Amino acid sequence: MADIVLDHVTKRFADGQVAVDDVSLDIHDGEFVILVGPSGCGKSTTLNMIAGLEDISEGELRIGGKVVNGLAPKDRDIAMVFQSYALYPHMTVRDNMGFALKLAKLPADQIKTKVDEAARILDLVPYLDRKPANLSGGQRQRVAMGRAIVRDPKAFLMDEPLSNLDAKLRVQTRTEVSRLQNRLGTTMVYVTHDQTEALTLGDRVAVMRSGRVQQFASPEELYDRPKNIFVAGFIGSPAMNFMPVTFEGGRLRTAFGDISPSPAVVSKLAGSADGRSLILGIRPEHFEDAALVTGAEKADGVTFPTTVDVLESLGADKFAYFTFGGEVARHAELEELARDAGAADAAGGGDQVVARLDAASGAREGEKIDLWVDTAKMYIFDPDTGANLAV
Amino acid sequence: MSTVTVPAPRAGRAARPTGSSTDNSRLLAWTTVNTVIIVVSIVPVLWLLSLSFKTPASIPDSHFIPRHWTLENYRGIFGTSLFTRALLNSIGIALISTFLAVLLASMAAYAVARLRFPGKTVLVGFALLISVFPQISLVNPLFNLWRELGLFDTWPGLIIPYLTFGLPLGIYTLSAFFREIPWDLEKAAQVDGATPYQAFVKVIAPLAAPGMVTTAILVFIQCWNDFVFAISLTSTNRSRTVPAAIAFFSGASQFAQPIGSIAAAAVIITIPIILFVLFFQRRIVAGLTSGAVKG
Repeated sequence: MADIVLDHVTKRFADGQVAVDDVSLDIHDGEFVILVGPSGCGKSTTLNMIAGLEDISEGELRIGGKVVNGLAPKDRDIAMVFQSYALYPHMTVRDNMGFALKLAKLPADQIKTKVDEAARILDLVPYLDRKPANLSGGQRQRVAMGRAIVRDPKAFLMDEPLSNLDAKLRVQTRTEVSRLQNRLGTTMVYVTHDQTEALTLGDRVAVMRSGRVQQFASPEELYDRPKNIFVAGFIGSPAMNFMPVTFEGGRLRTAFGDISPSPAVVSKLAGSADGRSLILGIRPEHFEDAALVTGAEKADGVTFPTTVDVLESLGADKFAYFTFGGEVARHAELEELARDAGAADAAGGGDQVVARLDAASGAREGEKIDLWVDTAKMYIFDPDTGANLAV
Repeated sequence: MSTVTVPAPRAGRAARPTGSSTDNSRLLAWTTVNTVIIVVSIVPVLWLLSLSFKTPASIPDSHFIPRHWTLENYRGIFGTSLFTRALLNSIGIALISTFLAVLLASMAAYAVARLRFPGKTVLVGFALLISVFPQISLVNPLFNLWRELGLFDTWPGLIIPYLTFGLPLGIYTLSAFFREIPWDLEKAAQVDGATPYQAFVKVIAPLAAPGMVTTAILVFIQCWNDFVFAISLTSTNRSRTVPAAIAFFSGASQFAQPIGSIAAAAVIITIPIILFVLFFQRRIVAGLTSGAVKG
């Protein structure tokens, strides 16, 4: 067990492309850290650098206080689970799991004990003599995990270990991974592109974009106080709604009415020119059917009429889609997120707003409804820098 | 060996009662093509077999099936050191060349498939260039060079040119196999604590085994069949291989043609190739990497 420190680490490929740009992370001993971001953000490259599978161009990597930049993967004492599992197809499950121990020249009886114990933890005992080809996807995934845990390494590195499982098994295995980490207490660095996985598993989450860490914080912090528009748009499902807003005379003029922001926000915005265009972010869950909001709470927000275009009922809650018309909030980072989600070309994707309403809401498709929005939980972003102005 | 097995048309197709006329004509076309290919490939082999069992007198009797069977031709060739020694030379030279070619080619192919290094495309292009180089143009220079170096009429004298042509073939075949192996396996081995050499020997090489066997067969056949170098770079039994030795067969008398002996020798040297292919056939067609990654 050990801490992992990335000190201004940069990865530059031979063709000059910078995959990881000046990343500094301080991963504590026993911590479960997630690297999350859209494809091509450098998260896997970062993981590979920790594993020693990629050279570090600049900066320093320390595992357990020791600089390991120049060490080969085999000398770093870390275990890795690959997205493809990378099981050795010519070996049985037992040999797969014992391979590292055999290379470390452990006595055969010790290898057997360790492999048997890991197999018991992971429910793999009946399959020890099978070859990977004769296992199901979930079993293969567990063998890959088993291969990592038998070694009792300083740290586990996981590269999207669940992305090849089907949805149900993924949720189940996610819980198992979490339980396993709690039980072993080993430092774990986990790469995923799935923000749900990141929020549910991580002690702390590093959101990455274009090779840079955008924010490294606890899941709650990322959700409540995103540093910039990218983190805000990436974290949360359904994603945050963005719309244009103008700051004028101490008030925010939005498509659904004027809002008086909190004094703290006003003081932050006061410096900028009057009449400036900003971007307003509201999470779907901070809307509510006005009919269901009562008394004092109602006064904390703004109520406005709209027409529901599409209504999705999920049982526990309802997603209402509607538009304000008018302008659409545009930002390069938001477009990048949309591209990654494959939504860039979807018709009407840009100015559509989604609200997450209580299941008791009487909202109906094509009908008018009064919606209430919690103005205390709004985010204001600078359209130039993308920075969150409200934190 | 040039026996080609073409998958036979499926019987189920013909038996289907609803088979339309286009189905039938296609079946007919396929059957004809297959039959022609099989006949063309197998008749010379059978003919050779037939000749090898005929007595010298009955060779020109134009019967496909010998009237008088005899083992005289086989007894004859095994009775002369010309053939037995040549067989030994052939086996030895072909096996050593094959072993060296596969060993060196697997390392080279691994580098070509996995590593990025300057001049890689030049190297691969050069290998391809060598493999299409006309062998006959090398005979004269090699003949002179080998005599100077004392390699003329020795085993290494043949093994070296065989390697020259076996290696490009091996590098090409094997790099295709290595490319098929998921790179993650090697990374996994490295993280598991293997040195690059251990990763290659314990993980990559076993998975590339079908490729190595295929390559070995191809290189072996190439060496085994060579005539140009064998006839030009040897002069005695010391290193003359069978294809060259056959050219030195003589008849019972000055005026008799050694057709029977040549046929018998040809049959004998075909046998190792047939065995080789039959024995490793299943390994060649291998799905050994299945299950390595998500499936």
